[in-house]
Amino acid sequence: MSSRVEILNDGGFRSDGRKQYELRDITIDLSQQGTADGSAIITHGLTQVMVTVFGPREAKMRSQTLHDRAVLNVEMSVAPFSTGERRKRSRADRRILELSAAIESTFEPVVQTSLYPRSQIDIYIHVLQQDGGLLQACINATTLALITAGVPLLDFVCAVSGGVHSTEPLLDLTTLEENDLPNLTVAVMPRTRKVTLVTMETRLHVERFRDIFELACEAGQTIHKEMKRAVKDRTVALVGAMDAGAKHPSGDPDRDLTMEDR
Amino acid sequence: MISFASFPSTSEASASYAQARHPPEVEEELGMDLDEDDFDEGVQRLTVPGEPITSSHAFMRGHGTFVDNEEVIASVAGTVERVNKLITVRAVRSRYNPEVGDLVVGRITEVQPRRWKVDANSRQDAVLMLSSVNLPGGVQRRKLESDELQMRTFFEEGDLLVAEVQAFFSDGAMSLHTRSLRYGKLRNGQLVSVPPILIRRLKSHFVALPCGVDLILGLNGYIWVSKHVKESEQEGEEGFDAEAVYSNRNDVIDDATRIAISRVSNIIKVLAAHFVPLTDTVLLEAYEWVVDQESHVKDLLHDEFGEHLVASLGVGIRQ
Repeated sequence: MSSRVEILNDGGFRSDGRKQYELRDITIDLSQQGTADGSAIITHGLTQVMVTVFGPREAKMRSQTLHDRAVLNVEMSVAPFSTGERRKRSRADRRILELSAAIESTFEPVVQTSLYPRSQIDIYIHVLQQDGGLLQACINATTLALITAGVPLLDFVCAVSGGVHSTEPLLDLTTLEENDLPNLTVAVMPRTRKVTLVTMETRLHVERFRDIFELACEAGQTIHKEMKRAVKDRTVALVGAMDAGAKHPSGDPDRDLTMEDR
Repeated sequence: MISFASFPSTSEASASYAQARHPPEVEEELGMDLDEDDFDEGVQRLTVPGEPITSSHAFMRGHGTFVDNEEVIASVAGTVERVNKLITVRAVRSRYNPEVGDLVVGRITEVQPRRWKVDANSRQDAVLMLSSVNLPGGVQRRKLESDELQMRTFFEEGDLLVAEVQAFFSDGAMSLHTRSLRYGKLRNGQLVSVPPILIRRLKSHFVALPCGVDLILGLNGYIWVSKHVKESEQEGEEGFDAEAVYSNRNDVIDDATRIAISRVSNIIKVLAAHFVPLTDTVLLEAYEWVVDQESHVKDLLHDEFGEHLVASLGVGIRQ
């Protein structure tokens, strides 16, 4: 067992040098991707996911059209080069279908689909790099992409993964940790603190569950701050550009913009 | 209990109509009068989904908001707008929200019994009824069975057209009409698609640029850039000529006009990429600047050149 990497060493550091409750570096890119209505690229450490949203638009699948609300259609593709070992996954891979179903059911209660009867909202998820926390990255990126597409949401959905090493809870797991530890992913709506998704594919002692669950809910708030900042920056930039353009040529481009910080 | 439909109801439409028609200076003055509570006017307020805006006791919720726990909460990221007691949040970027009377450019996606389906960049395909188009042989003619059978001779799948929003169906889908000589099938040009919010309501959405290019600024974000047609050559009332109106053939377009069309299209794409609202003055200025540079049309596609263009106009940002 000497060759094995220590999950949590004596100094309280994890294999990548983080503390127990430390999240990985998050970067968010909300720039326009092609003809998509909304798009977002999020990285959690080495995990990178791109989501593009099309719609609400005319439902192409007549049979699945709902007369009172929009249909969410989640399609996920995993790049063959995204993992350590190169492997091509088909679109119909069970694992992928399962993940997209989880994402669909996470967003079903959050998106105000009743505003768009007979429409369809397409969410295309592209996994570019994987290093643990795949579901959390997909959910966070989908939230951001839906917001950039102007789709009405009840709230952000912020997801984070967590695990337990013997009795110590850890947050935001890498692949290495995910393989060794019982882990779960929690998605929360930060304003109401409602939970829209909890998944656990491993076994965990029932007494440990509460700790890690509460911790993950708390971490969701932190991720919310990051996501909110990214969305606000984009809004300020776009509104600023529009105002400058609208006032052109005589107006002043430095119109006051304020953001409520709560 | 007041219920809100997902599409513009008449009262709201008229409210936003009044707001949209004022020139900016007047609007600011009006804004002063409306000053009340925690709404400091003149400063734009921006929100993100899930952010509380105000109490639901004092205000009514409009588009882009919902009520929870006696608070009006934003559901989209954008600017907060207020008309008296009505709070709405306008998303920075979203699909086109149709309103009656809007001019739109669309593409036929389907031919159905007595109607066409039109993609107009909205949440559902628009409907163009056979009874809402001008048919050959007089404007006020009854639609016959024979017309139903030859609908594809008027509009086919993939055809582009310019139309006006006539009404809404109960599910919020819009119904179009082309009962004007200005509306109908489009040819002699090219389509450019931009975010709908960049197209403001103008006095006229038919713009003729002096470089021999006509523009149709559809409020749904579709812009038709085409060869200039002289007023006198437009198909007249008496000589309503179905051949010409529903023709699928382009006229002969000389090289100079082709270059002008692609130049204008590229300018629009550059301005849209920098999120600059499109008006005829901005476009004209940009066109003059580009011609001054004596550059090739395709230079506009380089990021750097585009940035120079936008900088020279003193507008916009790089996203």
